[in-house]
Amino acid sequence: MDRLIGGLLRGGVILSAAITLAGGVWHFVQAGSVMPHDRTFHGEPAELRSVGGVLRGVAEGHSWSLIQLGLLILIATPIARVAFSVYAFAAEGDHTYVIITLIVLAALAASLAGLQL
Amino acid sequence: MLGTLGPLELTLALLVVAALAGFLGSLTGLGGGVVLTPALTLLFGIDLRYAIGASLVSAIATSSGAASAYVREGYSNVRIGMFLEVATVFGALAGAMLATWVSTSALAVILGLVLLQSAWLSGQNQEGAVEAASSDPLAAKLRMDSVYPTAQGMRHYHVQRVKAGFALMFGAGAISGLLGIGSGSLKVIAMDRAMRIPFKVSTTTSNFMIGVTAAASAGVYLNRGYVDPLLVMPVMLGVLAGSLGGARVLSGASVKALRWVFAAVVGFMAVQMIVSGIRGKV
Repeated sequence: MDRLIGGLLRGGVILSAAITLAGGVWHFVQAGSVMPHDRTFHGEPAELRSVGGVLRGVAEGHSWSLIQLGLLILIATPIARVAFSVYAFAAEGDHTYVIITLIVLAALAASLAGLQL
Repeated sequence: MLGTLGPLELTLALLVVAALAGFLGSLTGLGGGVVLTPALTLLFGIDLRYAIGASLVSAIATSSGAASAYVREGYSNVRIGMFLEVATVFGALAGAMLATWVSTSALAVILGLVLLQSAWLSGQNQEGAVEAASSDPLAAKLRMDSVYPTAQGMRHYHVQRVKAGFALMFGAGAISGLLGIGSGSLKVIAMDRAMRIPFKVSTTTSNFMIGVTAAASAGVYLNRGYVDPLLVMPVMLGVLAGSLGGARVLSGASVKALRWVFAAVVGFMAVQMIVSGIRGKV
Protein backbone atom coordinates (compact mmCIF):
# COMPACT_ATOMS: atom_id res chain seq x y z
CA MET A 1 0.00 0.00 0.00
CA ASP A 2 2.72 2.50 1.00
CA ARG A 3 4.65 1.75 -2.17
CA LEU A 4 1.61 2.33 -4.36
CA ILE A 5 0.74 5.61 -2.63
CA GLY A 6 4.32 6.79 -3.09
CA GLY A 7 4.18 5.88 -6.77
CA LEU A 8 0.82 7.59 -7.27
CA LEU A 9 2.05 10.83 -5.69
CA ARG A 10 5.22 10.76 -7.72
CA GLY A 11 3.40 10.03 -11.01
CA GLY A 12 0.89 12.84 -10.45
CA VAL A 13 3.58 15.36 -9.63
CA ILE A 14 5.75 14.39 -12.62
CA LEU A 15 2.78 14.58 -15.02
CA SER A 16 1.70 17.92 -13.60
CA ALA A 17 5.20 19.40 -13.74
CA ALA A 18 5.66 18.24 -17.34
CA ILE A 19 2.39 19.80 -18.51
CA THR A 20 2.99 23.02 -16.57
CA LEU A 21 6.51 23.30 -17.98
CA ALA A 22 5.26 22.63 -21.52
CA GLY A 23 2.62 25.35 -21.08
CA GLY A 24 5.26 27.76 -19.79
CA VAL A 25 7.68 27.12 -22.64
CA TRP A 26 4.85 27.43 -25.15
CA HIS A 27 3.83 30.71 -23.59
CA PHE A 28 7.29 32.22 -23.94
CA VAL A 29 7.64 31.02 -27.53
CA GLN A 30 4.22 32.36 -28.45
CA ALA A 31 3.84 35.53 -26.40
CA GLY A 32 7.08 36.08 -24.48
CA SER A 33 6.61 39.81 -24.08
CA VAL A 34 3.39 39.57 -22.07
CA MET A 35 4.21 40.85 -18.60
CA PRO A 36 2.75 39.22 -15.51
CA HIS A 37 0.59 41.80 -13.78
CA ASP A 38 0.62 40.52 -10.26
CA ARG A 39 1.32 43.70 -8.37
CA THR A 40 -2.32 44.66 -8.33
CA PHE A 41 -5.07 42.16 -7.77
CA HIS A 42 -7.91 41.88 -10.27
CA GLY A 43 -8.78 38.17 -10.20
CA GLU A 44 -8.22 35.71 -13.01
CA PRO A 45 -10.72 35.47 -15.91
CA ALA A 46 -13.57 32.97 -15.58
CA GLU A 47 -11.87 30.72 -18.13
CA LEU A 48 -9.04 30.01 -15.65
CA ARG A 49 -11.25 29.56 -12.60
CA SER A 50 -13.04 26.27 -13.15
CA VAL A 51 -12.23 22.77 -14.32
CA GLY A 52 -14.59 23.10 -17.31
CA GLY A 53 -13.23 26.52 -18.28
CA VAL A 54 -9.63 25.29 -18.20
CA LEU A 55 -10.44 22.26 -20.37
CA ARG A 56 -12.20 24.48 -22.95
CA GLY A 57 -9.18 26.81 -22.97
CA VAL A 58 -6.82 23.90 -23.60
CA ALA A 59 -9.03 22.70 -26.47
CA GLU A 60 -8.80 26.20 -27.97
CA GLY A 61 -5.00 26.09 -27.67
CA HIS A 62 -4.32 28.71 -24.96
CA SER A 63 -0.93 28.29 -23.27
CA TRP A 64 -2.26 29.80 -20.01
CA SER A 65 -4.96 27.17 -19.90
CA LEU A 66 -2.39 24.43 -20.43
CA ILE A 67 -0.41 25.67 -17.41
CA GLN A 68 -3.62 25.77 -15.43
CA LEU A 69 -4.37 22.18 -16.50
CA GLY A 70 -0.99 21.14 -15.07
CA LEU A 71 -1.91 22.86 -11.81
CA LEU A 72 -5.30 21.12 -11.76
CA ILE A 73 -3.55 17.76 -12.09
CA LEU A 74 -1.34 18.75 -9.17
CA ILE A 75 -4.40 19.59 -7.04
CA ALA A 76 -5.98 16.30 -8.12
CA THR A 77 -2.92 14.25 -7.06
CA PRO A 78 -3.53 14.25 -3.27
CA ILE A 79 -7.25 13.82 -3.96
CA ALA A 80 -6.44 10.69 -6.00
CA ARG A 81 -4.24 9.55 -3.12
CA VAL A 82 -7.20 9.84 -0.74
CA ALA A 83 -9.46 8.01 -3.20
CA PHE A 84 -6.90 5.23 -3.47
CA SER A 85 -6.69 4.99 0.33
CA VAL A 86 -10.44 4.25 0.45
CA TYR A 87 -9.76 1.18 -1.65
CA ALA A 88 -6.64 0.23 0.32
CA PHE A 89 -8.41 0.42 3.69
CA ALA A 90 -11.36 -1.53 2.28
CA ALA A 91 -8.99 -4.25 1.07
CA GLU A 92 -7.59 -4.47 4.63
CA GLY A 93 -11.15 -4.76 5.98
CA ASP A 94 -10.70 -1.61 8.05
CA HIS A 95 -14.21 -0.13 7.90
CA THR A 96 -13.54 2.69 10.38
CA TYR A 97 -10.84 4.10 8.14
CA VAL A 98 -12.91 3.59 4.98
CA ILE A 99 -15.52 5.95 6.48
CA ILE A 100 -12.89 8.45 7.73
CA THR A 101 -11.28 8.51 4.28
CA LEU A 102 -14.63 8.91 2.48
CA ILE A 103 -15.40 11.99 4.61
CA VAL A 104 -12.09 13.57 3.57
CA LEU A 105 -12.71 12.66 -0.06
CA ALA A 106 -16.22 14.16 -0.11
CA ALA A 107 -14.98 17.47 1.32
CA LEU A 108 -12.17 17.64 -1.25
CA ALA A 109 -14.49 16.87 -4.17
CA ALA A 110 -16.98 19.51 -3.04
CA SER A 111 -14.23 22.12 -2.78
CA LEU A 112 -12.83 21.47 -6.26
CA ALA A 113 -16.31 21.44 -7.78
CA GLY A 114 -16.71 24.98 -6.48
CA LEU A 115 -19.37 24.31 -3.88
CA GLN A 116 -19.32 26.90 -1.13
CA LEU A 117 -19.75 25.84 2.49
CA MET B 1 12.79 45.57 -5.60
CA LEU B 2 13.29 43.47 -8.73
CA GLY B 3 10.76 45.69 -10.48
CA THR B 4 12.81 46.29 -13.61
CA LEU B 5 13.09 42.71 -14.82
CA GLY B 6 11.63 41.60 -18.17
CA PRO B 7 9.09 38.77 -18.32
CA LEU B 8 11.60 35.96 -18.90
CA GLU B 9 14.08 37.30 -16.31
CA LEU B 10 11.27 37.69 -13.79
CA THR B 11 10.14 34.12 -14.40
CA LEU B 12 13.69 32.83 -13.91
CA ALA B 13 14.16 34.90 -10.75
CA LEU B 14 10.90 33.46 -9.36
CA LEU B 15 12.14 29.98 -10.25
CA VAL B 16 15.41 30.41 -8.32
CA VAL B 17 13.82 31.95 -5.21
CA ALA B 18 11.14 29.24 -5.19
CA ALA B 19 13.76 26.50 -5.51
CA LEU B 20 15.57 27.85 -2.46
CA ALA B 21 12.31 28.05 -0.49
CA GLY B 22 11.42 24.50 -1.47
CA PHE B 23 14.84 23.18 -0.46
CA LEU B 24 14.76 24.78 2.99
CA GLY B 25 11.08 23.99 3.50
CA SER B 26 11.52 20.32 2.77
CA LEU B 27 14.72 19.99 4.79
CA THR B 28 13.08 21.45 7.89
CA GLY B 29 9.71 19.75 7.33
CA LEU B 30 7.93 23.09 7.41
CA GLY B 31 6.92 23.30 3.75
CA GLY B 32 8.11 25.81 1.17
CA GLY B 33 5.06 28.05 1.49
CA VAL B 34 6.07 29.40 4.83
CA VAL B 35 8.86 31.47 3.25
CA LEU B 36 7.33 31.66 -0.22
CA THR B 37 4.43 34.01 0.47
CA PRO B 38 6.59 36.62 2.23
CA ALA B 39 9.33 36.24 -0.41
CA LEU B 40 6.86 36.88 -3.23
CA THR B 41 5.27 39.89 -1.56
CA LEU B 42 8.39 41.44 0.02
CA LEU B 43 10.92 40.68 -2.73
CA PHE B 44 8.79 40.85 -5.87
CA GLY B 45 5.99 43.16 -4.75
CA ILE B 46 3.33 40.66 -5.81
CA ASP B 47 -0.18 41.14 -4.45
CA LEU B 48 -0.67 39.04 -1.31
CA ARG B 49 -3.70 37.23 -2.77
CA TYR B 50 -1.75 36.02 -5.83
CA ALA B 51 1.16 35.09 -3.57
CA ILE B 52 -1.22 33.04 -1.42
CA GLY B 53 -2.59 31.23 -4.49
CA ALA B 54 0.91 30.43 -5.77
CA SER B 55 2.21 29.30 -2.41
CA LEU B 56 -0.81 27.06 -1.84
CA VAL B 57 -0.38 25.23 -5.14
CA SER B 58 3.35 24.93 -4.42
CA ALA B 59 2.61 23.42 -1.00
CA ILE B 60 0.85 20.58 -2.82
CA ALA B 61 3.89 20.03 -5.04
CA THR B 62 6.32 20.07 -2.09
CA SER B 63 4.18 17.74 -0.06
CA SER B 64 3.47 15.21 -2.79
CA GLY B 65 7.02 15.25 -4.12
CA ALA B 66 8.67 14.74 -0.74
CA ALA B 67 5.94 12.45 0.65
CA SER B 68 6.48 9.96 -2.15
CA ALA B 69 9.98 9.42 -0.73
CA TYR B 70 9.05 9.41 3.00
CA VAL B 71 6.12 7.01 2.68
CA ARG B 72 8.37 4.37 1.20
CA GLU B 73 11.01 4.86 3.88
CA GLY B 74 8.42 3.98 6.53
CA TYR B 75 8.43 7.21 8.56
CA SER B 76 4.96 8.60 7.89
CA ASN B 77 1.88 7.06 9.49
CA VAL B 78 -0.99 6.84 7.00
CA ARG B 79 -3.65 6.14 9.66
CA ILE B 80 -2.74 9.11 11.83
CA GLY B 81 -2.48 11.26 8.72
CA MET B 82 -5.87 10.26 7.35
CA PHE B 83 -7.66 10.66 10.69
CA LEU B 84 -6.21 14.12 11.25
CA GLU B 85 -6.95 15.12 7.66
CA VAL B 86 -10.64 15.18 8.55
CA ALA B 87 -9.80 18.07 10.89
CA THR B 88 -7.36 19.86 8.58
CA VAL B 89 -9.58 19.64 5.48
CA PHE B 90 -12.64 21.13 7.19
CA GLY B 91 -10.38 23.67 8.88
CA ALA B 92 -8.87 24.59 5.50
CA LEU B 93 -12.30 25.07 3.92
CA ALA B 94 -13.36 27.30 6.81
CA GLY B 95 -10.10 29.29 6.58
CA ALA B 96 -10.37 29.75 2.80
CA MET B 97 -13.95 31.02 3.18
CA LEU B 98 -12.84 33.39 5.91
CA ALA B 99 -10.01 34.77 3.76
CA THR B 100 -12.48 36.81 1.67
CA TRP B 101 -13.56 38.75 4.73
CA VAL B 102 -10.12 39.50 6.15
CA SER B 103 -8.11 42.50 4.84
CA THR B 104 -4.68 41.83 3.29
CA SER B 105 -3.07 43.93 6.06
CA ALA B 106 -4.55 41.65 8.71
CA LEU B 107 -3.51 38.59 6.69
CA ALA B 108 0.06 39.90 6.57
CA VAL B 109 0.15 40.33 10.35
CA ILE B 110 -1.28 36.84 10.97
CA LEU B 111 1.22 35.37 8.51
CA GLY B 112 4.02 37.17 10.35
CA LEU B 113 2.93 35.61 13.64
CA VAL B 114 2.77 32.12 12.10
CA LEU B 115 6.26 32.69 10.66
CA LEU B 116 7.57 33.61 14.10
CA GLN B 117 6.16 30.36 15.47
CA SER B 118 7.86 28.46 12.62
CA ALA B 119 11.16 30.16 13.33
CA TRP B 120 10.85 29.29 17.00
CA LEU B 121 10.03 25.67 16.19
CA SER B 122 12.94 25.20 13.82
CA GLY B 123 15.32 26.49 16.50
CA GLN B 124 14.03 23.95 19.07
CA ASN B 125 15.82 20.85 20.21
CA GLN B 126 14.03 18.17 18.26
CA GLU B 127 14.96 15.01 20.13
CA GLY B 128 13.60 16.11 23.49
CA ALA B 129 10.00 14.85 23.44
CA VAL B 130 9.45 12.18 26.09
CA GLU B 131 8.03 9.04 24.59
CA ALA B 132 5.00 7.62 26.35
CA ALA B 133 4.77 4.03 27.52
CA SER B 134 1.04 3.56 26.87
CA SER B 135 -1.58 4.96 24.49
CA ASP B 136 -4.68 7.10 24.59
CA PRO B 137 -7.58 4.52 24.46
CA LEU B 138 -8.91 6.36 21.40
CA ALA B 139 -5.53 5.96 19.67
CA ALA B 140 -5.62 2.23 20.41
CA LYS B 141 -9.16 2.00 19.02
CA LEU B 142 -8.05 3.84 15.86
CA ARG B 143 -4.95 1.64 15.56
CA MET B 144 -2.58 4.61 15.43
CA ASP B 145 0.40 3.09 17.26
CA SER B 146 3.12 1.97 14.93
CA VAL B 147 6.86 1.59 14.47
CA TYR B 148 9.47 3.74 12.75
CA PRO B 149 13.03 3.09 11.60
CA THR B 150 15.91 4.31 13.80
CA ALA B 151 19.64 3.64 13.81
CA GLN B 152 18.97 0.90 16.43
CA GLY B 153 16.30 -0.81 14.31
CA MET B 154 12.51 -0.46 14.32
CA ARG B 155 11.09 1.33 17.32
CA HIS B 156 7.52 1.34 18.71
CA TYR B 157 5.65 4.50 19.65
CA HIS B 158 2.36 5.18 21.42
CA VAL B 159 0.01 8.03 20.53
CA GLN B 160 -1.35 10.38 23.23
CA ARG B 161 -4.17 12.96 23.44
CA VAL B 162 -5.91 12.26 20.16
CA LYS B 163 -8.74 14.75 20.80
CA ALA B 164 -6.38 17.63 21.57
CA GLY B 165 -4.36 16.80 18.46
CA PHE B 166 -7.53 16.74 16.37
CA ALA B 167 -8.63 20.16 17.66
CA LEU B 168 -5.17 21.66 17.02
CA MET B 169 -5.26 20.21 13.51
CA PHE B 170 -8.53 22.00 12.77
CA GLY B 171 -6.75 25.23 13.71
CA ALA B 172 -3.72 24.33 11.57
CA GLY B 173 -6.07 23.64 8.64
CA ALA B 174 -7.85 26.98 9.12
CA ILE B 175 -4.52 28.86 9.12
CA SER B 176 -3.50 26.94 6.01
CA GLY B 177 -6.71 27.91 4.18
CA LEU B 178 -6.52 31.50 5.38
CA LEU B 179 -2.87 32.14 4.46
CA GLY B 180 -2.26 29.65 1.66
CA ILE B 181 0.58 27.91 3.47
CA GLY B 182 1.00 24.26 4.39
CA SER B 183 0.96 25.06 8.13
CA GLY B 184 3.61 22.39 8.57
CA SER B 185 4.92 23.97 11.76
CA LEU B 186 1.48 23.96 13.41
CA LYS B 187 0.87 20.38 12.34
CA VAL B 188 4.19 19.33 13.84
CA ILE B 189 3.26 21.05 17.13
CA ALA B 190 -0.03 19.14 17.23
CA MET B 191 1.60 15.79 16.56
CA ASP B 192 4.93 16.16 18.33
CA ARG B 193 3.88 18.11 21.43
CA ALA B 194 0.22 17.12 21.95
CA MET B 195 0.14 13.58 20.60
CA ARG B 196 3.75 12.72 21.48
CA ILE B 197 4.50 11.22 18.12
CA PRO B 198 8.26 10.93 17.43
CA PHE B 199 9.59 14.01 15.67
CA LYS B 200 10.60 12.36 12.42
CA VAL B 201 7.21 10.63 12.16
CA SER B 202 5.50 13.97 12.92
CA THR B 203 7.37 15.95 10.28
CA THR B 204 6.97 13.36 7.54
CA THR B 205 3.31 12.66 8.32
CA SER B 206 2.76 16.43 8.39
CA ASN B 207 4.44 16.75 5.01
CA PHE B 208 2.21 13.97 3.72
CA MET B 209 -0.92 15.74 5.02
CA ILE B 210 -0.04 19.20 3.69
CA GLY B 211 -0.96 18.24 0.12
CA VAL B 212 -4.44 17.08 1.09
CA THR B 213 -5.06 20.13 3.28
CA ALA B 214 -3.82 22.49 0.59
CA ALA B 215 -5.87 20.75 -2.11
CA ALA B 216 -9.01 21.50 -0.08
CA SER B 217 -8.39 25.25 -0.05
CA ALA B 218 -6.81 25.31 -3.53
CA GLY B 219 -10.24 24.50 -5.00
CA VAL B 220 -11.70 27.53 -3.26
CA TYR B 221 -8.82 29.83 -4.32
CA LEU B 222 -8.96 28.61 -7.91
CA ASN B 223 -12.68 29.35 -8.14
CA ARG B 224 -12.03 32.78 -6.73
CA GLY B 225 -9.39 33.66 -9.34
CA TYR B 226 -6.35 33.75 -7.03
CA VAL B 227 -4.38 31.21 -9.08
CA ASP B 228 -2.47 33.02 -11.84
CA PRO B 229 -0.85 30.52 -14.24
CA LEU B 230 2.07 32.75 -15.26
CA LEU B 231 3.06 33.32 -11.63
CA VAL B 232 2.37 29.82 -10.34
CA MET B 233 4.25 28.09 -13.18
CA PRO B 234 7.81 29.17 -12.19
CA VAL B 235 7.00 29.17 -8.47
CA MET B 236 5.58 25.64 -8.46
CA LEU B 237 8.33 24.18 -10.65
CA GLY B 238 11.03 25.86 -8.56
CA VAL B 239 9.60 24.71 -5.24
CA LEU B 240 9.21 21.18 -6.57
CA ALA B 241 12.83 20.97 -7.73
CA GLY B 242 14.06 22.43 -4.44
CA SER B 243 11.97 20.16 -2.25
CA LEU B 244 13.12 17.02 -4.08
CA GLY B 245 16.69 18.11 -3.40
CA GLY B 246 15.84 18.70 0.27
CA ALA B 247 14.19 15.30 0.68
CA ARG B 248 17.32 13.66 -0.67
CA VAL B 249 19.46 15.35 1.97
CA LEU B 250 17.12 14.77 4.96
CA SER B 251 17.52 11.06 5.64
CA GLY B 252 21.27 11.19 6.25
CA ALA B 253 22.32 14.73 7.02
CA SER B 254 22.69 16.63 10.22
CA VAL B 255 20.91 19.86 9.45
CA LYS B 256 21.32 21.64 12.76
CA ALA B 257 23.31 24.61 11.45
CA LEU B 258 21.02 25.01 8.47
CA ARG B 259 17.99 24.98 10.75
CA TRP B 260 19.39 27.97 12.62
CA VAL B 261 19.96 29.84 9.38
CA PHE B 262 16.42 29.02 8.31
CA ALA B 263 15.03 30.15 11.66
CA ALA B 264 16.83 33.47 11.26
CA VAL B 265 15.54 33.99 7.71
CA VAL B 266 11.98 33.12 8.70
CA GLY B 267 12.16 35.35 11.78
CA PHE B 268 13.40 38.29 9.69
CA MET B 269 10.59 37.80 7.17
CA ALA B 270 8.07 37.53 9.98
CA VAL B 271 9.04 40.96 11.31
CA GLN B 272 8.94 42.42 7.78
CA MET B 273 5.44 41.00 7.17
CA ILE B 274 4.11 42.32 10.47
CA VAL B 275 5.61 45.77 9.88
CA SER B 276 4.26 46.06 6.33
CA GLY B 277 0.89 44.72 7.48
CA ILE B 278 0.64 47.34 10.23
CA ARG B 279 1.73 50.12 7.86
CA GLY B 280 -0.91 48.96 5.39
CA LYS B 281 1.66 48.39 2.64
CA VAL B 282 0.53 44.90 1.66
